[in-house]
Amino acid sequence: MPPPVLDVRALSVQFETNDGPLRVLRDVSLQVARGETVGLAGESGSGKTTLGYTILQALAPTARITGGAILFEGRDLLGVGEDELRRLRGRRIAMVYQDPRSALNPTMRVGAQIAEVLEIHERAPARAARRRAQELLELVNIADPASVARHYPHELSGGMQQRAVIAMALAGGPSLLILDEPTTGLDVTTQARILELVADLKRRVGAAILYISHDLAVIAQVADRVGVLYAGELVEVAPTADLFAQPIHPYTRGLLDALPHLDGVRGLAPIEGRFPRLTDLPPGCVFAPRCDFVAPACTVATPALETVALERRARCVRWPTVLATPRRSTSEAIERAAVTSDVPLLAFEHVSKHFGGAGAVARWLGVGAPPVRAVDDVSFDVRADEVFALVGESGCGKTTLGRLAVRLLRPTAGRVRFAASKPTDAQIVFQHPDSSLNPMKRIGPSLARPLVLRGLRRRERGRRVRELLESVRLDPDYGARWPAALSGGEKQRVAIARALAMAPQFVVLDEPVSALDVSTQASIIRLLAELRRTLSASYLMISHDLSLVRHVAARVGVMYLGRLVEIGAVDEVFRAPSHPYTRALLSAVPRPDPAVPGRPIRLEGNVPSAQHPPTGCRFHTRCPQKIGRVCEEAEPPWARASATHWIACHIPIAELSRSSEDARP
Amino acid sequence: MTSLPPALGVGGAILALVLALSFAAPWIAPFPTTEQHMLERLKPPGARFLLGTDQYGRDLLSRTLFGGRPALGLGLGAVALGLVLGVPIGLTAGYVGGRLDDLVMRVVDAMLAFPSLLLALLIITALGASTGHALLAIGVANGPGVARIVRSATLALREAEFVLAARARGERHLYVMFGEIFPNVLPPVIVEGTLRIGFAILAGASLSFLGLGVQPPAADWGLMIREARQYVFLSPWPLLVPGTALAFTIVAFNLFGDGLRDRLGAT
Repeated sequence: MPPPVLDVRALSVQFETNDGPLRVLRDVSLQVARGETVGLAGESGSGKTTLGYTILQALAPTARITGGAILFEGRDLLGVGEDELRRLRGRRIAMVYQDPRSALNPTMRVGAQIAEVLEIHERAPARAARRRAQELLELVNIADPASVARHYPHELSGGMQQRAVIAMALAGGPSLLILDEPTTGLDVTTQARILELVADLKRRVGAAILYISHDLAVIAQVADRVGVLYAGELVEVAPTADLFAQPIHPYTRGLLDALPHLDGVRGLAPIEGRFPRLTDLPPGCVFAPRCDFVAPACTVATPALETVALERRARCVRWPTVLATPRRSTSEAIERAAVTSDVPLLAFEHVSKHFGGAGAVARWLGVGAPPVRAVDDVSFDVRADEVFALVGESGCGKTTLGRLAVRLLRPTAGRVRFAASKPTDAQIVFQHPDSSLNPMKRIGPSLARPLVLRGLRRRERGRRVRELLESVRLDPDYGARWPAALSGGEKQRVAIARALAMAPQFVVLDEPVSALDVSTQASIIRLLAELRRTLSASYLMISHDLSLVRHVAARVGVMYLGRLVEIGAVDEVFRAPSHPYTRALLSAVPRPDPAVPGRPIRLEGNVPSAQHPPTGCRFHTRCPQKIGRVCEEAEPPWARASATHWIACHIPIAELSRSSEDARP
Repeated sequence: MTSLPPALGVGGAILALVLALSFAAPWIAPFPTTEQHMLERLKPPGARFLLGTDQYGRDLLSRTLFGGRPALGLGLGAVALGLVLGVPIGLTAGYVGGRLDDLVMRVVDAMLAFPSLLLALLIITALGASTGHALLAIGVANGPGVARIVRSATLALREAEFVLAARARGERHLYVMFGEIFPNVLPPVIVEGTLRIGFAILAGASLSFLGLGVQPPAADWGLMIREARQYVFLSPWPLLVPGTALAFTIVAFNLFGDGLRDRLGAT
């Protein structure tokens, strides 16, 4: 094996805070060889991003490296001077961050930005630099590099922007490329193409790639080897196939068991307990307080990263026992509510919602912008006692529909019929735990307020607040805390409790777990399922995560550009026949299993603007199965695939069944 | 807890001193403010008159101690009035949005385009010169600026999820505005208010200086400076003493406001 490009040895980093040192990384050792992609997985707070910054020597002034070495091509980066570092950064070592918008200069054309890097680092003449910039854009699979080079960043889609950033990172011909969550803000179909690109780059460029992500499914698709970080320690390092087939460290196991699988059966087993505070670490193994396999020996000393098999290392003294114990992921699938009722509780009848647009006079004069058609003529119903999921990529209108359901918005056309006695019987839980609680109010008053509206007396309110906290598995003394003192998962529990305080019959869950870590996500989803049984309420769940939806929903609607394209029982939608868009969406979901490599269906082009939606079928501009003029001219009719399954497509159902079967791996 | 920003500490210390001295003036002032010592006019600082005397032989120390009271009262009162006017207007405009927001903000812009001292002069010319009218004038002149700050903070919170949650459970708009949004716009409002007190004191002193605020023979910093103006070549003390007190107080409010801004993280 050639010497590694990057060799991190026993690295420790801490941040100085007023509460004492925050020991963000402790004794981390990791190698990345030329032509190799190493995935670095971990939840928020694991220290994975800090590791990336430490390698680039771009840490905040409060950070201190307390031990170890970072060897890059044999040289210790920690001893290198500022001038030398500047030459290395951006040229020999390049980094791509999560948000491409902040990495690109909004006032410069994309081509010029890339050329500038070449002119500075390579001292390339302007014309050669511009030519090379186009070659780089071509290298990152941009079909029309000459035209993209002439655009400003805001004119490009998120996926295109991220490619341009990667092209810029490649400009100096780096031997180490660090990718920090490069697909986290992107839709699955876009993500699939970026992952394809990362896999291609390994072959084409031959650089060492460090791929940092919270998403194990993504890492399974791109990495050769994986390191798992927990609370600042590398707990396991293994070749990707081995790690996913047989995780050794209990934390790795927990993470894999927490991931929802697209089959709707495996996964969603939560890791109990709370992430440790880095200022106040438990003695011994950091994971011991949450570990199922904990033994007295675990809390004595921090275990070493032992070699347990060929190329496999794990930081666990109990690993032989862990290996001998069967995994629990398949045993505790969530009981999915079957559709038992035909009574519609909430019905959307030809609902449209348009935003903005010019006034009547301007439109009559033929000037001014048309409105954004966020939702356009959508009809479906959510029945009593069921979980209905809306899926689709960003901008498809699913969040708007959720807000229409709880009357935060009024429809532009059509009507939303709610068959409950009071309008407040419909409640909503939002996506961002940080924004969903009023930061200036303690938890207790936040939960008591809905009870005031329901007319409860003061004493009853206090009792009910404690009950609510208990129902979401929080200690009653949380009532006295401020939101800032809670973790993301805890805040989301409070937000759920607040919605439940209104005793709703219908709850909209707008991406309720997408901002949470996998281990927390699993426990929240289980909590929601349990609460629904006791309340016998209906949920309208809005999500971009198809695996999650398969676990919890009874019926699913798939949306594209303001329209519903497919609706049916969850198993029917996830199986053939499917709308071509649903197929593409399903094929793009990364599987947490390196043995099942993704075979995403490519969608060409960008999502069209909702101000100028395409005529006929809205998906026709990107549809890989477009049959001809009819797709551009006529609205697709709803075709019945079964009593409960409908697809809006011009292709006959029989043919959709056939083509869908072909595509299944 | 992070350590206090130095500006907050220094500003706070000076403010505490100014407030304490103004409050304690009746007990610590060596002479009544209007007691004239005709034989000891325009004296420099000395043993009997610690900071000297003015053109009527009145003790400058005593007058300066008492002179802070109308200045501070006017500053605090005018800003309080500005907040009472500006906060509900800003909250309503930001929360309701649309046409109402456009209309209110254009009116506010028009008022902001007018120099606030000029606006205050206009009001006083209409109502007549007195301390109360000066307070009213400066308070009204402060309203639009406060409204604009509150409105932009409200706009940022209007779509916050906790606000939407409140609306979804059927809260009244007034509760959403004052119960949910207002506590969150409070930090920038406190910072803005503190900074404005300094300017309001200055504006009050300017009005007094022009003879449109506090009327003689009362002790007031602005008025003292006005009266000392003619004798500045005979003795600089009647001008320097209240001038320094005024400058220190205004700088202290500004330091304190800047420090608060750093501490509260408001913009």
